[in-house]
Amino acid sequence: MMNRLLVILILALTMCPLAQAAEPANKPAVSTQNGSVMAQPAAAAQSVPSAGAAAVATVAPIKSPAPLAKEVKSNKVITISMFMAIIFVTGVIVVRASKSNKTAADFYTAGGGISGFQNGWAIAGDYLSAATFLGIAGLTSMFGADGFMYTVGPFFSFVTILLIIAEPCRNAGKYTLGDILSLRSSSKVVRGTAAISAVVVSTFYLLGQMVGAGKLMQLLLGIPYNVSVVGVGTLMIVYVTFGGMKATTWVQIIKAFLLMLSGLALTVLLLWKFGFNMLAFYDAVALSPTIQEHVRGLMKHVAPVSGFDYGQRFLESGLLLKDPLDQISLGIAFAIGAAGLPHIMMRFFTVPDAKAARKSVVISMVLIGIFMLMVTIIGFGAALYITPQQIMAVDKGGNMAAPMIAQYLGGGVGSISGDLLMAFVCAVAFSTIIAVVSGLILAVSAAVAHDFYVNIIKDGKSDQRQQVKVAKIAAVVVGGIAILLGIACEKQNIAHLVVLAFAVVASSNFPVILFSLFWKRFNAGGIVSGLTFGALFAIGVVLVSPTMTYPKKIAADAKKIVDVMEKKQLAGAVLSEKEVKTLEKARSDYSSNKDGKSMVGLDAPLFPLKNPAILSVPVGFLAAIFGTFLFGSRREEEMFDELFIRQNTGYNISEASDH
Amino acid sequence: MKDGRKDWAALAKMPKFVELHRRKKAFLLTLWCLGSIMFYLLPICAGYAPEFMKVKILGRLNIGYFFCLLEFAMTWAIAIIYTYKSNTYFDPLTKEVLAEITQGVK
Repeated sequence: MMNRLLVILILALTMCPLAQAAEPANKPAVSTQNGSVMAQPAAAAQSVPSAGAAAVATVAPIKSPAPLAKEVKSNKVITISMFMAIIFVTGVIVVRASKSNKTAADFYTAGGGISGFQNGWAIAGDYLSAATFLGIAGLTSMFGADGFMYTVGPFFSFVTILLIIAEPCRNAGKYTLGDILSLRSSSKVVRGTAAISAVVVSTFYLLGQMVGAGKLMQLLLGIPYNVSVVGVGTLMIVYVTFGGMKATTWVQIIKAFLLMLSGLALTVLLLWKFGFNMLAFYDAVALSPTIQEHVRGLMKHVAPVSGFDYGQRFLESGLLLKDPLDQISLGIAFAIGAAGLPHIMMRFFTVPDAKAARKSVVISMVLIGIFMLMVTIIGFGAALYITPQQIMAVDKGGNMAAPMIAQYLGGGVGSISGDLLMAFVCAVAFSTIIAVVSGLILAVSAAVAHDFYVNIIKDGKSDQRQQVKVAKIAAVVVGGIAILLGIACEKQNIAHLVVLAFAVVASSNFPVILFSLFWKRFNAGGIVSGLTFGALFAIGVVLVSPTMTYPKKIAADAKKIVDVMEKKQLAGAVLSEKEVKTLEKARSDYSSNKDGKSMVGLDAPLFPLKNPAILSVPVGFLAAIFGTFLFGSRREEEMFDELFIRQNTGYNISEASDH
Repeated sequence: MKDGRKDWAALAKMPKFVELHRRKKAFLLTLWCLGSIMFYLLPICAGYAPEFMKVKILGRLNIGYFFCLLEFAMTWAIAIIYTYKSNTYFDPLTKEVLAEITQGVK
């Protein structure tokens, strides 16, 4: 009965894109207002908005012989068929998995029955979001070597996961962070705080993904933003409620496989042209006149400086990542932040033992590393063949770089093979969104249902059927809220939400996990104060950082344009049509922003860096330490020995499950 | 918990367990610190020694490029070292400790 309902639902969802295709495709609103379409550990998210916008402003004046296309020409029939194929295949998996979701352990962790090898692929599928693929390819195509430099952070985060998080968590935990922490303190306050922290962090992350998904679908298919958000959200709710962790895992594995396949195909096709000679490839990139002109625009050299090798500059870092302290701060957030993300942590509870957990991290490290290397090569290739100017004309965040180079490598605009390859890459990006969002919804639903309902409200006394039911209801509610927030935030600058997710995890979850695993005296006071102060402080710093929108700054920039234009007019020059438009826009920007204040009522940022980690991580650690000393508890110190033995040896994992 | 009467404090003082934990901690911390130093060296060099990073090594490829590649290689190396050490040393020791715990508890 349930299964039949599910099949009907999936069929209905499959038809949605068809219906969309039938009506004349709405013009994709290409301009994503803050430049970054997706957010995620990514880059795209946090640095592109300002830098990207600035770059556009400076590049624009360069005279281009032919007007650049504003949108990508794709074959809608092929693209939509590919999307439907993805929905169909994942739907089949969900239907199959839905039969085996009887207990809470099945629903949250697939009964601990995922092998290390499978889990490794699933972690890669959970971690590599659309931002990693499209965002980093775009970043590299626009800012060269900085894209490569950017990939190191998210990749390095796996060292922390491997050495500190994976095995102890598998040994001590069950479904959530709250489970690990409550081995240290039986206080309900601790579990409640852990659950709130997981919900807050995952919501930031989820929101970034939802807004990214909406904008991406708009770009790829021309589906209106709201329809995409509702569609993706509904699909995810159906997948998670029916398929649970088993389906989510398989969706992530397939997505990781498709992602690797498309990355490999593009890289091979690209390097084929150079006989797999990397030196020749980078020579061609540096010698491309359009790239040289683009770099000159980025560097704001009005006239070319003679003897300056603009092409070589593209292969050097610093075009995008300018402030070293901000870089280090971002590095801190990556290095320890990813290790505490609830949806990544949850993946370690799906394997049978610590050995499998270790194996899965190593496999995901190999996959993610290779993928990152391929994606930067694809980015350079896109810069060479599509040109940064064209990529930015289609999308300021550079997110179309990978699909466009796919079309080019497949045979060019209008050719069947080119359209096929581009459709494939787009469909892979779509499967990426599905996989990441499902993992997130599952993590939030575990925190709400398992921590709040079962352990706080019901005191751990709840039968399996009821637990699964509550978890499913929680998933529907969480998904619904994510859809509503996603629609509400269309016009918001979502970039700071992702910076925030990483910074909050790094400054609250990470110190607390580290101390509860390794410090005997650590107790409930430390957990609660570490989680709350660390998180609140990180949020506070972001609120006064340059990541937020400062109307006065926009007004000042607009004023500059107005001044330049008016001076030109006064000098007697006649403005071109385009310049008149720019002038009008700058004037309206100025008047609408000149009296505005940022969200917390500031004229200018108080904290100079975009990434708060360098300040908020030490504060989080201090808060955890002070909390511990303020509220000492003998009993909790004694509890440490049990956790300590368990996390080190994996003693009684099965017993931990009915603990 | 069914057998919650276990004397965890006494078990935690077991010589083999103390040994396992001490070795593991030293090994993990060293590896993590070395990795982190290498990791932060990249943004530090990129930010404060851009001229150094620009030095061409092979064709047009500069130190910065190879530094990034080195970070990838280092991360993989850490994974290999850790897996090797765990499989050959920590896992057998953990097994022994586990055997002693189960015996001691009965």
